[in-house]
Amino acid sequence: MTIEVRNVCKSFKDVDAVRNVNLRVESGEALALLGPNGAGKTTLVEMIEGVQIPDSGEIQILGKSWKNDEHFLRQEIGLALQETRFQERLTVEETLRLFASFYQLKKERTNEVLKIIQLESKRRTWVVELSGGQRQRLALGIAILPRPRILILDEPTTGLDPNARRDLWKILEDFKATGTTLLLTTHYMEEAEFLCERIVMLDQGKILADGTLNQLLDKFGEGDLIEYVITDANPSAEASSLCGVISSNWNSETGQGLLTVNSISETLPAFLDLIKSSALTLSSLECRRRTLDDLFLAMSGRHLDE
Amino acid sequence: MNNILLRLVISQFKIFFREPGVVFWSFGFPIVMAWILGIAFANKGEILRNVAIVSKSPQAISALPQWLHKKTGTVNPELSTEAELEWEIGQNPGEQARFRFRAMTEEEAVLALKRGKIALWIETDLESNLSYRFDPNNAEARLTYLLLEGAFRQQKTSELKAEVRPLTMVGIRYVDFLIPGLMAMSIMNACLWGIGWNLIELRIKKLLRRMVATPLKKSIFLISHGLNRMVLSAAEMLLLYIFAYFYFDISIQGSLSALALVFFSGYCAFFGISVLISSRVQNTQSGNGMINVVTMPMFILSGVFFSYHNFPDWLIPYVEVLPLTMLTNSLRGIITEGIGLAQVIQPSIGLFGIGAFCFMLGLKLYRWH
Repeated sequence: MTIEVRNVCKSFKDVDAVRNVNLRVESGEALALLGPNGAGKTTLVEMIEGVQIPDSGEIQILGKSWKNDEHFLRQEIGLALQETRFQERLTVEETLRLFASFYQLKKERTNEVLKIIQLESKRRTWVVELSGGQRQRLALGIAILPRPRILILDEPTTGLDPNARRDLWKILEDFKATGTTLLLTTHYMEEAEFLCERIVMLDQGKILADGTLNQLLDKFGEGDLIEYVITDANPSAEASSLCGVISSNWNSETGQGLLTVNSISETLPAFLDLIKSSALTLSSLECRRRTLDDLFLAMSGRHLDE
Repeated sequence: MNNILLRLVISQFKIFFREPGVVFWSFGFPIVMAWILGIAFANKGEILRNVAIVSKSPQAISALPQWLHKKTGTVNPELSTEAELEWEIGQNPGEQARFRFRAMTEEEAVLALKRGKIALWIETDLESNLSYRFDPNNAEARLTYLLLEGAFRQQKTSELKAEVRPLTMVGIRYVDFLIPGLMAMSIMNACLWGIGWNLIELRIKKLLRRMVATPLKKSIFLISHGLNRMVLSAAEMLLLYIFAYFYFDISIQGSLSALALVFFSGYCAFFGISVLISSRVQNTQSGNGMINVVTMPMFILSGVFFSYHNFPDWLIPYVEVLPLTMLTNSLRGIITEGIGLAQVIQPSIGLFGIGAFCFMLGLKLYRWH
């Protein structure tokens, strides 16, 4: 057991940020805490990081507690915060070497990390001159410097453009192969899907769902989705009788319709034939697998990116 | 366009008033300062001006001369001792003046002038002439002279001829008084602004939190800021001294080891204070206010620019335990009076004590995130 959270609660003034959360993370596991802003992800992670103290409950990391073994745990945990502004007028290399000195690491490790985070060419660049993605890569580099047994990343790609996000994912994917336990908070479902085998969905301080992506999708709903927009007539009733349709909905105000089907390839040709034979105008059509956002919407009534 | 401007202004008002700390430091702090300083200065009446009477006659140095009793009209022994006399003159606010005369030897008067206890002395030979001795560049001394001369004239008992003999010897000029005070103030500012402000900024940037998420000891992190600034501050002091040496002909009369001890202890005191100030502050506006609330009273009271001996007697014991006062007095003693290690041990222990107490308290209270 790497991380064990038992009956943990934390409140701020009138807000119950974390409500009786229980969580176990095994060694080498990659776990994503997924939830919208204000779900309690950061508070929970800050308690695991030892920055916040729980109002009640207990947290054990590698069998130790923050109260008695802070120095040991600081050696074993690497973390990247949601937003850290490093000293602007230190270079990338100087920043890494400063943090390396806290762990008594040699220069070779700094060079290794520079290579891992792909900032070798920016070695002598001041932090102030780095792009957002490069700064996050630097934050990640600092987190992995001591070869931590646990890596905690709090919204590591928030605010980054898609390319920068993918660069970071690639680095993390490689790093995961070293067997480090990864705990990641995010409100991007793609990030959780891409990086983590296990996903814990949080909302209003409580765990809504916990499992692998497939487990969650299977547990909370079956079928793929066909989304369409038809404004001139209601196709829903006829569509529901098509082969393989699990459910059919249509909004008369917006014209947006949703078919939940067993198999897109089985139902889609019949649905298109129906539109053609009924002389309906199809404004848009999207076929996709059910996602975590659909799942979260079904459970909480909110989208993940709210 | 007007609507945009109005919306922007209203938004900024909302942001301002929704930050209680900022509101306090903007509105509350100036009122509190005005109240404190108003009580300390505005209602205390005319300040008491200390004047030394230096006799050339060796047998009369322990007693005030008869002519002074005659001039001031205070022959009643209840009002004065042999060597000290307080004299208040004038009924109307603009004419009021208060003086305290003390009989001294010339050596005592020089020392008192160096320490800011007097701004001028009167040299008399008992029989004929008297001389006012002061640095004409010292505004306080000039004012004391003018008030005193005017007060004597009002008595119409003056038959002695008076003259002004400016004091321009190195060591007792106003600039000799000023430079050690400026050195002490630069140490205070280096710590409170250079360390305290810097730490507050690091907290805002979340860098403090990131630093302490490593095995780094929190006290080591804070001490590193202190050491860095101490080297810079020492260089700053050295440059100021070199300038004063060449431009004002000021040289250190006392021991260098005493100077090093005083610098280090004073630096420790203000380093500790800067850690304490920065321990809880969450934004720069509140940090600015907190630093001002500490520096401004010392800036005014601690005798950097003018002597605190003119303040009411009840206030002086409190002023003398302020860290900036202890530091200023010690530096002034070393540079102008030539005092040594033994004389600065007591204030140095006081300064170390203040620093250690504030540092430990600050470390306990410190908010790292």
